[in-house]
Amino acid sequence: MRADIAFGQYYEGDSFLHRLDPRWKILFAILYIVVIFLAKNVFSFVLLILSAIFLILLSKIRLRIIFRGLRPLIFIIVFTAIINIFWLKGKTVLVDWWIIHIYLEGLVNALLIVIRVVILVAGTSILLTYTTTPIALTDGLERLLSPLAKIRLPVHEFSMMMTIALRFIPTLVEETEKIMNAQKARGADFSTGSLVRRAKALIPILIPLFISAFRRAEELATAMECRCYTGGRGRTRMNVLHSTWRDLVMLLLLCALGAAVVLINIYAPGYTLAM
Amino acid sequence: MAEITLENITYVYGKGAPYEMRALDDISLIFPAGEVTGLIGHTGSGKSTLVQMLNGLLKPDSGRVLLDGKDIWEEPKNIQQIRFRVGLVMQYPEYQLFDETVEADIGFGPKNMGMDEEKIKEAVARAAEFAGLSPELLKKSPFDLSGGQKRRAALAGVMAMEPEVLVLDEPAAGLDPGGRREILGRIREYQQKSGASVIIVSHSMEDMALYCDRVLVMANGKLVMHGTPAQVFSRAEELIAVGLDVPQITRVARALRDAGVDIGLDIYTVKFAAHRLLSGREFK
Repeated sequence: MRADIAFGQYYEGDSFLHRLDPRWKILFAILYIVVIFLAKNVFSFVLLILSAIFLILLSKIRLRIIFRGLRPLIFIIVFTAIINIFWLKGKTVLVDWWIIHIYLEGLVNALLIVIRVVILVAGTSILLTYTTTPIALTDGLERLLSPLAKIRLPVHEFSMMMTIALRFIPTLVEETEKIMNAQKARGADFSTGSLVRRAKALIPILIPLFISAFRRAEELATAMECRCYTGGRGRTRMNVLHSTWRDLVMLLLLCALGAAVVLINIYAPGYTLAM
Repeated sequence: MAEITLENITYVYGKGAPYEMRALDDISLIFPAGEVTGLIGHTGSGKSTLVQMLNGLLKPDSGRVLLDGKDIWEEPKNIQQIRFRVGLVMQYPEYQLFDETVEADIGFGPKNMGMDEEKIKEAVARAAEFAGLSPELLKKSPFDLSGGQKRRAALAGVMAMEPEVLVLDEPAAGLDPGGRREILGRIREYQQKSGASVIIVSHSMEDMALYCDRVLVMANGKLVMHGTPAQVFSRAEELIAVGLDVPQITRVARALRDAGVDIGLDIYTVKFAAHRLLSGREFK
């Protein structure tokens, strides 16, 4: 079951990207998203594709994994492509039959939008989730948001909650599987019958699951208190985050990419995105 | 009653992935009707996977599971019927209680079988008696019971389906000595009264020695030993080599032999050891 959740999963590794500071990585991801949306011209999209290939090579993550992460998006990709192909009007008519009018511009536009969505998801996954452990990610987020603690926002508590929630996803998945098996062993049936029947069939799973989740929460709270956890104030860290030359290199590369995209948008000829 | 046969069962977790693991490797064996079979093995030896093969919770990658000579996967749609005949009590079953009353929870299995109200009531009462739950507990919420009572309620939930084969994964884990004896005694009693085959997975060599007619030993997804408790426990070196142990009294017998008093290595219960020692034989 765990193998099915490729999107949003961490992949062990020791690449250039794995070693970046998670605080910077979050900023890089935001910057990359901005650059992706700045790209309008066909040539700037070529540049984007090159940058995505570069990211994949840098991360040393296998292509198969990246494609698997894109699989849940197939519906959105196909849907936006179809809308663009059939609804966008242009000058060069390709097909003109009955109520169907397809223009070259629509086709190109659809292609560019698909590229944009794919790079958006693949790029941010590679920068963040695939190459950063969830713990490092929440840690980075906490440090980035730490200025907000000055206006009394419980930043540490939020990030602790996120860390705990992430930590318990696999545990709860496993627990659900166990309970389902136990109820199946007593003849429970989750896959046939009307919608109402199937919803009712979930009760024997949900009740034990909630009860065990509460039990776990209580145990965890006790264990944390036993180790004198009192929240974020005055807490020191075992792993202090450091920015290195790698972060600087990555920042420069992304700025260069952004600048190139903007320049191409302004000066290069060629087809420009309609939306 | 029913007999389960496994024919060349192989099962692989995460096929094709880098963490691929062969949990069961070409296992063939028979669980004869009317016997209590103990299944022992180190953590990760494939016991729990094997147990889930028996009632069709997992489907073997290759090989067949036969219940009374009929392949249980012949009609995958009717796998539910197999699960009523082969009752499985999972590890820590008390965490799966869910209904408002103990009675309703125990009746969940029979209800799924399609029994009518009257019959469900009878089955629940019988199962509760087998499991040693007093009638006034039946009206309580399962969450108000003590740990041992919850375990017994969960056990009754499977017994209520009156399975021909009862499979239990670590039925006594986490219970105090009294609770252990009680649960295992109840299972033995159920076996004797109903004539069902019983398969017990356990880490406790003492329990195996006391309650099982036959013992199977698994290691790394393979069946490595197979025989009566006396046969299996007399091969202590091999058991220790696969990360297991022998009952304490068997160790005593070995120590006695090493000290020059050979009372035999086929000893696995205290009672039997006492019997041997008092038999008046001379041990050299």
